[in-house]
Amino acid sequence: MTYILKPQLHHPKLPTNSLGYTRRDYEGSVSTLCAGCGHDSISAAIIQACFELELPPHRVAKLSGIGCSSKTPDYFLGNSHGFNTVHGRMPSVLTGANLANRDLIYLGVSGDGDSASIGLGQFAHAIRRGVNMLYIVENNGVYGLTKGQFSATSDKGSKSKKGVVNHDAGIDMVSLALQMGATFVGRSFSGDKAQLVPLIKAGLAHKGAAFIDCVSPCVQFNNHNGSTKSYDYVREHNEAVNRLDVITPRDPIHVDYKPGETVRVQQHDGSILSLHKLNELYNPNSRAQALGYLQARQARGQIVTGLLYVDPDAGDLHESIGTVDTPLNQLGEAELVPGQAALDRINAGLR
Amino acid sequence: MQRTGKLESDYFHKVVDCQWACPAHTPVPEYIRLIADGRYGDAYLVNWKSNVFPGVLGRTCDRPCEPACRRGRVEDEPVAICRLKRVAADNKGEVVSRMPEPATARNGKRVALVGAGPASLTVARDLAMLGYDLVLYDAEAKAGGFIRSQIPRFRLPEEVIDEEVGYVTRLGGIELRLGQRVDSLKALVAEGYDAVFVGSGAPRGRDLDLPGRQEAAANIHIGIDWLANVSFGHVDRIGRRVIVLGGGNTAMDCCRTSRRLGGEDVKVIVRSGFEEMKASPWEKEDALHEDIPILNYRVPKAFTHENGRLTGVLFEVVAAEYDARGRRRLVPSGEPDEHYECDDVLVAVGQENAFPWIEDDIGLEFDDWHMPKVDPITFQSTLPNVFFGGDAAFGPKNIIWAVAHGHEAAVSIHKFCHGEDVAERPRPGVTLVSQKMGIHEWSYDNDISNDMRHRVPMREKAEALRDVRLEVELGFDRELALREAQRCLNCDVQTVFTDKLCIECDACVDICPMDCITFTDDGEEGDLRDRLKAPAQNLTQDLYVSGRLATGRVMAKDEDVCLHCGLCAERCPTGAWDMQKFFLEMTHAGPQCLTR
Repeated sequence: MTYILKPQLHHPKLPTNSLGYTRRDYEGSVSTLCAGCGHDSISAAIIQACFELELPPHRVAKLSGIGCSSKTPDYFLGNSHGFNTVHGRMPSVLTGANLANRDLIYLGVSGDGDSASIGLGQFAHAIRRGVNMLYIVENNGVYGLTKGQFSATSDKGSKSKKGVVNHDAGIDMVSLALQMGATFVGRSFSGDKAQLVPLIKAGLAHKGAAFIDCVSPCVQFNNHNGSTKSYDYVREHNEAVNRLDVITPRDPIHVDYKPGETVRVQQHDGSILSLHKLNELYNPNSRAQALGYLQARQARGQIVTGLLYVDPDAGDLHESIGTVDTPLNQLGEAELVPGQAALDRINAGLR
Repeated sequence: MQRTGKLESDYFHKVVDCQWACPAHTPVPEYIRLIADGRYGDAYLVNWKSNVFPGVLGRTCDRPCEPACRRGRVEDEPVAICRLKRVAADNKGEVVSRMPEPATARNGKRVALVGAGPASLTVARDLAMLGYDLVLYDAEAKAGGFIRSQIPRFRLPEEVIDEEVGYVTRLGGIELRLGQRVDSLKALVAEGYDAVFVGSGAPRGRDLDLPGRQEAAANIHIGIDWLANVSFGHVDRIGRRVIVLGGGNTAMDCCRTSRRLGGEDVKVIVRSGFEEMKASPWEKEDALHEDIPILNYRVPKAFTHENGRLTGVLFEVVAAEYDARGRRRLVPSGEPDEHYECDDVLVAVGQENAFPWIEDDIGLEFDDWHMPKVDPITFQSTLPNVFFGGDAAFGPKNIIWAVAHGHEAAVSIHKFCHGEDVAERPRPGVTLVSQKMGIHEWSYDNDISNDMRHRVPMREKAEALRDVRLEVELGFDRELALREAQRCLNCDVQTVFTDKLCIECDACVDICPMDCITFTDDGEEGDLRDRLKAPAQNLTQDLYVSGRLATGRVMAKDEDVCLHCGLCAERCPTGAWDMQKFFLEMTHAGPQCLTR
């Protein structure tokens, strides 16, 4: 833990975005996580992504559950709305908040314990309902906060720091999200910001349930030989299928790839996902192919990363249940108490 | 790029911008930490060892360290290094018992020192401790040279000079021959000294040979001579209206002294633009504060006079013109000439060296500018046993340069007297030691202060202008000194990177408040500078580059705006980053500078 505040001084040439904010303005308090924690790199990537997307910090709501990962919202976006919920219950609190105020940008931050064990059901249902959010699992495959037990995402056959072999099958959060109907699914690695930052930007801009599984080594308890979530293991087995550039409607478009190697996908908000294929055969628009590819590669011990699936025409929960466009806190008395005639009409409809 | 940051190189020294810029290479951050710690005596002795006159320099130094200070690149203004030095001097308490004892054994070598200014006194201090017999000549009645004769008392009280000159003379083996002007080098050398050091300064003030100069001579004074006369009590008044010609620090001393001797309407009139004036910005500021206007782009044409009495100065108004190579030329502006009335004029348009006492036939060569040929490293002249230093060597500079010259000349004299090659210079002593005290605990205060530069309290203007001997700056009190000291970024506590420990987790990159650190593909320096997280555009600052890491990338850190806050090391899980104090001490004359 660091005891001093991060100095306010910043690089004299630090750029500002169109809102007049520097990247530093998107920071939170200094992390209390262990030095070298992958989660801190993910926080830095979220800060960078929000700065580049020029999001007004007060329009972002960050929600989390319990665990090392769920502490991190304190370490980024210090001027955004935050809700540190109950263990495994972040998805339902986020769903409720989203229903009440659809104008905010929702960022759910969770870990493998919070989402794959106690909150597995909540995770699955928030995804299948298509809640408009970006859900990031900071996946270190270990219970760091309780000193290193295997988590539900620890791979079968991997070893703990003390040398114990894990006999349970690991839950693959990406496959689960695909099966549950997530309309944006990516996987990345905390040690590769060049890949992670555009993924977060694209996920934040996506309308619908966006999910990113981010492998994040636990330097304290899961960064040894025999771990499948260590810096070295992930770097050796990382198979990126594509490289993403997010072009917001404000950005000048410049093409630096040969035609044919790049797929362009336009999202609802006008942002363009420019996907540079690293694997020619990989098609990020097919859920079925994605699932098959993932499982084949997983069997070979590879960790597939990149934007794995995207449905640019996805809808969200509000569309499917036909909620009112206005956030509930902005509805006046006339809308909320429409009177006897309206009640009669509803009752008549139910007869 | 090659890995940088070898201890044998100047790499870490350059990171300590203040120390690198200081001609005497005083360990600035070290003494600032001691001041912050209330250890004023220790801070004074660190200075005394390095620059001999901390009390004098803490009031008068030209502070090459301050424009170099990293703080000035991360916010508006540098740390007030110079005035912190004064705090050490003001609060040091008893220090004599901690200074070297006078040498007990004589080494049998005799050295003559010409001029008792800062250069000679530095040579004297370094050699006296080694048992040399030294003979110090000066034309004035007291030792100190320029420090005593030309710096006004309201900037530097005489007690401070007496005290610090005393710390040198108490070392024994120094015979002061004061009131004795040396008028023949030939005769001096013939006395059989093992070596002669010339530290006689640049004693001649330049004159302005303009129409009316002779006729109005009674009220036209050469600045440095006039200042000396004020210092020694020969002059105690000046006319009501005074014009000071010139734009250097001597001009600033002249105008401010005039204000204290009856000058009510005092003006500085200078040829160049205000910005290009030679005077230090803070000295100009002090003059303006004392209601002295500075008029620029005016070239004096004539002294006007009536019945043998000065009436004023006539000026041509000029403008600056720059040629393609950026060189400035002053051209007539076309505006009519301007006449300013005055009762006295002080001419402060520069100083010159003068060596009428050095004979042509003794084998000492001069260059085309009538300056002795002096080796810039060894300070040896073409007569092997005659050395030069201070203003006498390379023309007018500042006290701190004279001190630096003195140390180097003392090394040369010591080597020369022991039959060694003076060109072989001793390396400075360096150490690099981890400052880690525990988990996230360092032996230095790494919390960065947000304070802006604190102003030095001044005496109230009306009171200050009443007495030419009343010190105008009050100096920082202890509390202000602590706050100013906390602004120091501890640049000597270096960020040291060990390649093989790094796991490339990015923790240092994420925490660095200044975006100094990047992990990227290796490349040539120019290319690498452009590819950093924050492009490294200040080419005077080095890149700290690691060897190849596990992923094939390198770590590249731009030293330019690093706060030395140590957060990279705090967030590093493997100790690949460590905060290590770099301490560099110049090797002065003594056993360490000899090779045998």
